[in-house]
Amino acid sequence: MRWLRGALRTDWLGLAAVVVLGGAALAAVRPEFLTPYNIDVILVGFCLTVVYALGQGIIIAIGHMNLALGATGCLVAVAFGGAMQVWGLPVWLAVLFGLLIGTFCGFVNGWLTHKSGLTSFIITLATLSIFKGVSLGITQAQPFYGIPESVKAFGSDRWGALPEMLLVALPIVIAVALFLGRMIPGRQMLAYGGNPNAAELSGISRARMVILAHTLSGVLAAVAGMMSVARLQIATPTIGDEWLIASFAAPVIGGAVLSGGHLSVIGTCLGVLIVSLINQALVMLAVDPFYVQVLLGLLILGAVVLNRLREARLGTAPVLRLS
Amino acid sequence: MISSETNAAELTEAVPARAPALRTLAPLRDAARSNVLGLLIAIALFALAFGLATSGFMSRVNMYSISRSIGINGVIGLAMMTVLVTGGLNLALGAIGVCSAMVVGWGLQNASLGIPLSLLLGLLAGAALGAVNGLIVVTTRLHSFVVTLATMSVFFGTMILLSGAHGFNALPRDLSNFGRIRMFGVVSPMLLLMLLVAALLFYLYRFTALGREMLAAGANPFAAKLSGLPVERLFVCCHALCGGLGAVAGVMASLRNGAVVPSMAGPLGADWLLPAFLAPVLGGTLLTGGSVSVIGAVLGAVFVEVITSGLYMLQIGEFWIQTALGLVLLGAILLERGRAALSIARSTRR
Repeated sequence: MRWLRGALRTDWLGLAAVVVLGGAALAAVRPEFLTPYNIDVILVGFCLTVVYALGQGIIIAIGHMNLALGATGCLVAVAFGGAMQVWGLPVWLAVLFGLLIGTFCGFVNGWLTHKSGLTSFIITLATLSIFKGVSLGITQAQPFYGIPESVKAFGSDRWGALPEMLLVALPIVIAVALFLGRMIPGRQMLAYGGNPNAAELSGISRARMVILAHTLSGVLAAVAGMMSVARLQIATPTIGDEWLIASFAAPVIGGAVLSGGHLSVIGTCLGVLIVSLINQALVMLAVDPFYVQVLLGLLILGAVVLNRLREARLGTAPVLRLS
Repeated sequence: MISSETNAAELTEAVPARAPALRTLAPLRDAARSNVLGLLIAIALFALAFGLATSGFMSRVNMYSISRSIGINGVIGLAMMTVLVTGGLNLALGAIGVCSAMVVGWGLQNASLGIPLSLLLGLLAGAALGAVNGLIVVTTRLHSFVVTLATMSVFFGTMILLSGAHGFNALPRDLSNFGRIRMFGVVSPMLLLMLLVAALLFYLYRFTALGREMLAAGANPFAAKLSGLPVERLFVCCHALCGGLGAVAGVMASLRNGAVVPSMAGPLGADWLLPAFLAPVLGGTLLTGGSVSVIGAVLGAVFVEVITSGLYMLQIGEFWIQTALGLVLLGAILLERGRAALSIARSTRR
């Protein structure tokens, strides 16, 4: 009984209900929703989106933002593809190379934000155009087609009903949950996000938290970028273009507070599911795809207002902060 | 406070009892302290360098195209500046610009309202969408970042749904000629329109109570509220002004293209974000609110265009220019930061 009471108090139960009810309603109206093919589409989308959504979520947790998330993913995807096609690197080395670039991009964001003391918004707006420009400049806007079969197979192979990409996505979800929930740097990061001044006074290094969060975000963007290459079977510099809205929508729907200090990993996963459910519903009901955009926007707005109200009810002081 | 030509601190600062001659020099002193002088020097140096390095840079055709781009990007930058005053921002600026231009196109082509009425309708649409942003920000007390992130998606998506993603390409000749006129052979009227907008904003922030109140409210909302200013209403005004100027920029961009195209500002209108922030930030407008530099923003837009056009002439390739502009933005904010730290150090020493 105790776990039930605990579950009722969590912030993700309502979301889970929304996912289940929404899925059931959709299946009732359109039975083809539950076909294996359709579930597969949703799962593959989930694997990719959840990785970059957590990449944004970690930044939101410290009250910052990362506009350059998609551009980082793009740069990594292009570097990953180029390393294999042009330099002929083996896959594992190319993956390492991609991770290195993502880490570096994230580190630069964090370091600049920390050193300048400015909002991460303007820093990542600048690095967004730098990363994007470099990846377009290197490729001259042409995709790399020479992706090895093993990478392509990773994007398209299935284990029974499950896509192989879950092998990357699931461990990442669990790792982020453990990091934020059980590990000291993760707890410190949330404490810093909740109240930077108090955290600093209790001995948490501001520099470390900011740089760590941005670096982790860069790593997750790198992973998502390389997963996109595997899924699309080419390394095109348009990867990451449409990540921005979804990367904010999922954590925010999942209950993340934009002023920092709170991120629900399960909530974010459910947020991703809700977003893909909406996508799927509109496709199945043959509605104009631009409704997705309108709905997603309204959903973000609704979710932040709801989080705001909950914050007020919990008595946490509403702080307007954007740093 | 550090480097702005107009800022809220002056409101309360008692004018020191200096000789009147010195006081008339105040604008000059302000200019020297702000980014204006540095920008002027940088513009001159880069223009000279590009002029010497390439044969095309100083050509009449290029001068004309530069003047036109400065006009459009200048208005985009000034539009963002009006909302940076509040300490917020407007990601939906591009979406508002495109939506308003579409309203103008609809008025001209489908409703045949005539040019003045269509333009007025577009302007009102922009101001109304801006006001919606402002109202949401004020009532929910959320940061404008997330509000405009959401409305950017909503505005753009709704516009595409209503229009079916079809643009308007039969603009009346009188209007599309405006995009082609060459004054003195090299100057586009777009540049003059931008200068007019800048002059009006300069007047607003320097000489009107409304403008001064906007600055005061942005500098410190709580203090402004306590001293009796209607902070919420002022913030909505700032957002509406931003939307209205976004509409002006949207129409200008359509006239350059010769048609209203829904994709002219990229997906969700996000392509305007870089020019929108570059001009005011280079000009010394603080992101924390309460300070503007209209002249700085105009010069910022000029500087950006000189760099862009010069790099085009050097045949660097379109994509690397984006990288260069990102580096310029980064360099500008870091420089600004360094100077701020320096001036604080200097003032504490005194």
